[in-house]
Amino acid sequence: MTFDLSIITANAGAIWNAFLVTIYTWLAGSVLGLMAGLLIAALMLFGGRPLQLLLRVFIELVRGTPFLVILFLVYYGGPSFGLRLGAMTAGVLCIAFYSSVYFAEIFRSGFAAVPRGQLEAGECLGLGRLQLLWRVQLPQMLVLILPAIVNMLTILCKETAVLSIITVPELTAVLTGIGTRTFTFIETLLVLCIAYLLLIEITSRAGRWLEHRVGIYLQR
Amino acid sequence: MSLSLSPTNAISAVPAENSKIAPIIHLAAVGKRFGKNQVLANIDLDVHHSEVVCLIGPSGSGKSTLLRCMAFLEEYDDGEIHIEGRLLGWEIDDRGHRKHAGRNRLNEARRNLGIVFQQFNLWPHMTALGNVTEALVRVRRLPRQEAEKKAMKALDKVGLSEKAKEYPARLSGGQQQRVAIARALAMEPKIMLFDEPTSALDPELVGEVLAVMKQLAQEGMTMVVVTHEMGFAAQVADSVVFLDQGSVVTRGTPNEVFRDTQHPRLRQFLQNYLDRNAFWNTTPELEN
Repeated sequence: MTFDLSIITANAGAIWNAFLVTIYTWLAGSVLGLMAGLLIAALMLFGGRPLQLLLRVFIELVRGTPFLVILFLVYYGGPSFGLRLGAMTAGVLCIAFYSSVYFAEIFRSGFAAVPRGQLEAGECLGLGRLQLLWRVQLPQMLVLILPAIVNMLTILCKETAVLSIITVPELTAVLTGIGTRTFTFIETLLVLCIAYLLLIEITSRAGRWLEHRVGIYLQR
Repeated sequence: MSLSLSPTNAISAVPAENSKIAPIIHLAAVGKRFGKNQVLANIDLDVHHSEVVCLIGPSGSGKSTLLRCMAFLEEYDDGEIHIEGRLLGWEIDDRGHRKHAGRNRLNEARRNLGIVFQQFNLWPHMTALGNVTEALVRVRRLPRQEAEKKAMKALDKVGLSEKAKEYPARLSGGQQQRVAIARALAMEPKIMLFDEPTSALDPELVGEVLAVMKQLAQEGMTMVVVTHEMGFAAQVADSVVFLDQGSVVTRGTPNEVFRDTQHPRLRQFLQNYLDRNAFWNTTPELEN
């Protein structure tokens, strides 16, 4: 067996671009997913019964569908509904769509974890619902759910690999492409693993640092 | 205090000229159900300006629920509660049906209420000062500097100005409860409602909270206190209300309730209390 890293250095530019595409689809999709998730959770909290039920069904439906299937439905099935998206856009939107329901569940558990009494105290002082949401619930729940959010982010990072199926030029697509063209599977897959490991290690370290920072009020 | 259930029998601890003035809190025939369970029935209760009323009774007697109704944290189903003459929480429409009063009207009626909870309910992500300042800035719309000055004054009053920058997690239970009292006081309420303010505290820490409450009472604050601290009730209250199974069993001055009572249920309740707190070999007996 040969081990030749020159193939990597020769394609460094393409690999770097793919690395950026992975980061872009991952972060853009996650940010959109987080926003949508927060919206869903807030609607479930403050909306009426019918809306709650509808969102519940939506959440279960999306959770019960593999990411790959969602991707196929949107990218290949979309055009028959008049939905024509570029591969990159479709990828970002699918990650957002897929993750929104998980984020919604995380946010919901966060809302539930802030004791009701704290809201009653605020209510009696004349604080409004939105003020309580913004000043009492959100700051505390963000601390509580941070580990779960970071965990979800690492999962989504690896999930971007699936976007290679719809021709998004991200890390997995580009590196396996190089590998099959030049028969350097070990080298390319090794680089691929290291790249994902790097992203996830950075994410979880940043998460732990942030957890410590924002949770300072919990220390005795 | 005078309860208007049977006016001839009403015992008032308030000077006569005071009771002619409209009560600051007025409850008439208040009832409350949780599902089929009637937790409060036909409660009449007047609290006058500067009066200290202690609600006592066994757990499940409805005393906490009654207090929470007075802040409309629980919706009462029957009767009326007036705070300074304003109907609390409900509105009567043209056809005589009642419906929820809007947020603004509810807040208007609550404006002069301060409430202190058993579990303190401080916001843990804000410092002691932050907790006290929050509503001054967001509700009273004071500029931050002015709000903080006012908050510091309130913290000073409960003896905690040195702990202003600490987060609640770094304070003892007693200190946390005093911050909670300061948070309510900073809004300059005319009435303070206390829901078992010392029940969640280590026995050693109860005193410091009661001392603050005593001082408030001496300064003429109108107070309604749900408590298991019979000593506090005996020393500070103008009147004591004994509740059992959602009804007022008896009411009167501490002397009348703690010494001369003829109500068997109340005697049993007090005897239990004395037995539980008995020391050495002597079990104090109630006077006959």
